[in-house]
Amino acid sequence: MSARAESVMGGFGWKRFLSIGLRFKDINWSEQLRLMITKLGVPLVAIGIFLVLWGGIASQIQTSLGQLPGPIKVWEQTVTLFDEHKQERLKELAFYERQEKRNVAKLANNPDAEIKIRPYTGKPTFFDQIITSVLTVATGFLLASLIAIPLGIICGLSNTIYTALNPLIQVFKPVSPLAWLPIVTMVVSAVYITDDPMFSKSYLNSAITVTLCCLWPTIINTTVGVSTIDKDLINVSRVLRLGWFTKVIKIVVPASTPMMFAGLRVSLGIGWMVLIAAEMLAQNPGLGKFVWDEFQNGSSNSMARIMVAVFAIGLIGFLLDRIMLMLQRAVSWDKNAVLR
Amino acid sequence: MSNAHLEISHVSIEFPTPNGPFKALDDVEMTIKEGEFVSLIGHSGCGKSTVLNIVAGLYQTTTGGVILDGKEVNEPGPDRAVVFQNHSLLPWLTAYENVELAVNQVFKGKKTKAEIKQWVEHNLSLVHMEHAMHKRPDEISGGMKQRVGIARALSMEPKVLLMDEPFGALDALTRAHMQDSLIEIQTRLNNTVIMITHDVDEAVLLSDRIVMMTNGPAATIGDVLDIDLPRPRDRVGLADDEHYNHYRAEVLKFLYERQRKPEELVA
Repeated sequence: MSARAESVMGGFGWKRFLSIGLRFKDINWSEQLRLMITKLGVPLVAIGIFLVLWGGIASQIQTSLGQLPGPIKVWEQTVTLFDEHKQERLKELAFYERQEKRNVAKLANNPDAEIKIRPYTGKPTFFDQIITSVLTVATGFLLASLIAIPLGIICGLSNTIYTALNPLIQVFKPVSPLAWLPIVTMVVSAVYITDDPMFSKSYLNSAITVTLCCLWPTIINTTVGVSTIDKDLINVSRVLRLGWFTKVIKIVVPASTPMMFAGLRVSLGIGWMVLIAAEMLAQNPGLGKFVWDEFQNGSSNSMARIMVAVFAIGLIGFLLDRIMLMLQRAVSWDKNAVLR
Repeated sequence: MSNAHLEISHVSIEFPTPNGPFKALDDVEMTIKEGEFVSLIGHSGCGKSTVLNIVAGLYQTTTGGVILDGKEVNEPGPDRAVVFQNHSLLPWLTAYENVELAVNQVFKGKKTKAEIKQWVEHNLSLVHMEHAMHKRPDEISGGMKQRVGIARALSMEPKVLLMDEPFGALDALTRAHMQDSLIEIQTRLNNTVIMITHDVDEAVLLSDRIVMMTNGPAATIGDVLDIDLPRPRDRVGLADDEHYNHYRAEVLKFLYERQRKPEELVA
């Protein structure tokens, strides 16, 4: 069971494959072959079937933008998007070189000349948008965690505060990000007025919308984790007469870490989904905007490019969850727990 | 009354329930001398643990009170260290760190860092855990966890050591081993101990006095048996001992004739 769980957890069970090399002599070849087939072969076959079905069905669907793209067309667009990114970078480099040359020439003619350094203002590529989105979701998620974890701990420790806050939490939890977005936009425009903005407004809008949707699972899970701590452990802290703060640091936080992380993972998943929607609706830079722009653009390649974005969104969401899982394993004291 | 170290005086406790208050203990009265080892025995649900929790200060009495060295006990504190039935070690700390947490709390400002380290190690070696000091609870056996729990309680230098069925969750052989360890520690330190048990042999082997409790609700002390066996006691030597078997029989008679479980009487 544990070996099975281990290899499922590790994706393709790379640890198992690594350990093979160390004990080359006593390999059970038929067993290894069977493992190879089940751990690698089965998912590959499933992916193959998916691609064939996708291609088959896509070829049957005609839209106003042409045929629904199949796997091959999507792959072509992936390569194109990558090329566009490289070209854009070359253009940027060339721009800065020209500017540099111009300035040097200017200074050579007149050492007192006022030189100007202008930032490159090319259109953000697909990969630029990915980076924007990941940074935005990270900001929103961190902000939400900083609020939600302490709040959850307080709710878990005090029944009165929990009873007071619970109705609010329950009402705000199911609210769609799209409902928050206009309000956040208006508030940010009204409140965030500065001549030298450190963050763009669109970045703040997206991040705060993510925060508002990320809060709830972490609050609720942390509360449950804290309020279900073994009573004996709380009694230990009472017998030792630990102060409130020591109790929280030494007993409450470590004991509720597993539940806290369960909440954080759900929060991050929601945050990522919310962000794409917010970017689409508000035209804030990021993957959502990329999808919307392609949709509005309506070229024959648009749908394939949107599909590339769909896969990218899925893969990044998956990666974010894996990162959280790694963090969870690193801080978990219960090494026997099966985390997946 | 100079030797009245711990006095449990007319203690009654009621718990609120939706159907009105439930009286768990009624007029429990006993006096314990310094260095005395007292066992509380009775059927499950008779309120043994409630007595212990009151002495620990985890529960508040409805009437009556507990007096330790002339002072009334109202809240938990390290002068009444508790060994919990399921060890209650913090699973994310090693054995050493678990004891250290208690030592740091109790001897804050009184011991230097080096003295604290030495004291933690001394207490772990009392329970023969020096070889596994830096292991975490999930890496050691049930008996070893309970040893660490005892070391943690001893390290607080409590006036009274409270043990709530400390060996109840262990298998018979481990339990015997732990009882021998406890006899050894008791010989060296001569602590005042209140131990809850449902094991007749354990009670007779370890105690100076066995307090037998009646069945609840409104449980109280049914009988008290002084165990006048010479110390140190040896389990094998006592197995054929006439006095030992007499005490054993007395407790068994109380439990199975005078205080049978109510559900058994119905059946």
